[in-house]
Amino acid sequence: MSVTVLRPGLASTFQDLGRHGHQHLGMPVGGAMDPRAHRLANLIAGNERDMATLEITLVGPVLRFDAPACIALSGADLSPMVNGAPIPMGRPIIMRAGDVLSFGARRTGVRCYIAWHGGIALPEVLGSQSTYLRGRLGGFQGRALQKDDVLPLNTPLRIDALDPLVGALQRLAIYLPSTLAYNPRARLRVMRGPHTGLFTDKALRTFFHDTYRIANESDRMGYRLLGPALTLRANRQLPSEGATFGSVQVPPDGLPIILMADRQSIGGYPKIGHVATVDLPQLAQSMPGESLCFEEITLAQAQQLDNLREQALEGLRSSLNELRERMACSIQKA
Amino acid sequence: MIEQSDSTQWDIVPHGDRCLVIRFGSGIDVAVGRRCGAAAAALRKAAIRGVSDIVPTFNTVAVHYLPGHFAANTSARNLEAEIENVLREADLQRGGAGGRLLELPVCYGGPFGPDLSDVAERVGLSEAEIIELHSGEPVYVFMLGFAPGAPFMGVHDERFALPRRTTPRTAVPAGSVGIANRQTFIYPNELPGGWNIIGRTPLPLFDPFGDPATLISPGDSVRFMPISEQAFKLWHKQ
Repeated sequence: MSVTVLRPGLASTFQDLGRHGHQHLGMPVGGAMDPRAHRLANLIAGNERDMATLEITLVGPVLRFDAPACIALSGADLSPMVNGAPIPMGRPIIMRAGDVLSFGARRTGVRCYIAWHGGIALPEVLGSQSTYLRGRLGGFQGRALQKDDVLPLNTPLRIDALDPLVGALQRLAIYLPSTLAYNPRARLRVMRGPHTGLFTDKALRTFFHDTYRIANESDRMGYRLLGPALTLRANRQLPSEGATFGSVQVPPDGLPIILMADRQSIGGYPKIGHVATVDLPQLAQSMPGESLCFEEITLAQAQQLDNLREQALEGLRSSLNELRERMACSIQKA
Repeated sequence: MIEQSDSTQWDIVPHGDRCLVIRFGSGIDVAVGRRCGAAAAALRKAAIRGVSDIVPTFNTVAVHYLPGHFAANTSARNLEAEIENVLREADLQRGGAGGRLLELPVCYGGPFGPDLSDVAERVGLSEAEIIELHSGEPVYVFMLGFAPGAPFMGVHDERFALPRRTTPRTAVPAGSVGIANRQTFIYPNELPGGWNIIGRTPLPLFDPFGDPATLISPGDSVRFMPISEQAFKLWHKQ
């Protein structure tokens, strides 16, 4: 009743929406780098509540299913295949015992999310199944997948339910509103923050008009940017304060770092601004070497866009009632 | 704006679209830190819907929230109003509500405190005097951060105003007690860092399966208790 890892891929870790409520203890939130894709995969796999998905990066794993299961993929298109034949992104896929899921060339994006209906049996650590690599905790034994790992399925499917299920899923219509689709923008939207005024006018013009490139030293903790250095009006040290997903901090070398999912809970560098939550998935799907440009957005606009995306997710969730009912009567009873 | 003379004042500013930061002052000062601790405790007790994390630091409290719990595009304004209400009702002067006084065993010097003699020399005191000064008065826990369970504590005597090491170490052992800028920091696990290491505690600072997960919480006060190398080994075994 499990999935066996034949090849682990480049950096495959289980992630959910993160470890909330423990940042005052110094615990990073972590969670999916692209929460939009993570949630879409979960919904399309017929999950009622948020479950850890496997976040795979650039080079996907090879997984052998030893029991039947329903999966869905969202995020980066890494040419997914079952037994060597291409399968679509964003559709529920029935895997039979013995089927092998693998990936090929990268077409778009960086991170793809694999959701299992019912999820993988992983212990919760501080209320989350997310892998926190630096702390070696959460997810599958606190680490990225390795060859021969065995991932236990919570709710494998009944063999006699598979044929009718495949037919029903083929007929299932999934309408993805445009707010949930991956539509890369030419410029990422950034809000001013309390430290924005500490930077020179020239630094602000530069940041909002010039082009930056994502450095190779970018990871789940932060994206380092290469480009013109940003200077402060006066050199000053700030006592550390809370940090957020999307904070654009500027260390003394003047090159911005955008804080990502595994950011520390606090940070001491001045922040020139904050990337709007709605644009973070695009950043998480951007590669080292790619270019980034920024433009200003107001807080009210950013919150409206964030709320619209939440409403669209809720709309999609309620439109998939039939899928969830169908799945619920197709699983093996414990 | 912050009126330095009026200790009941604060400023609430958005940090992006999912976080508000309440600022109580600008420097590093125990009175300000205690107001942050009291505000964090009051906000935690108020359990405002949509709020996920309440993170006190030296002079601010970050309130992280999730959208969808407030009317469209007015989340920040609505939450700000709720925070204002909670803070006006709270007695922030009481300071660090719920904070405990903890005694933390520390074995100073020798292999556990490789920078103790250097610190003594730079400060112009004997090693014994450094230990006495460090363990004399309790220090306030402003915040945990950098790594899970890692406390930032202060404010120490101004003789401990020395900066961090110019060349940080690539690996500082777990439990190491470091001083710099009138603060003490403890490494909960092996990490790189530049604090001046004067001793080590045998107690684990972080256990993800413990309840609570950390030995020390923000808002606590800590008194360091000098112990011998022999006692360290006994503590360590427990």
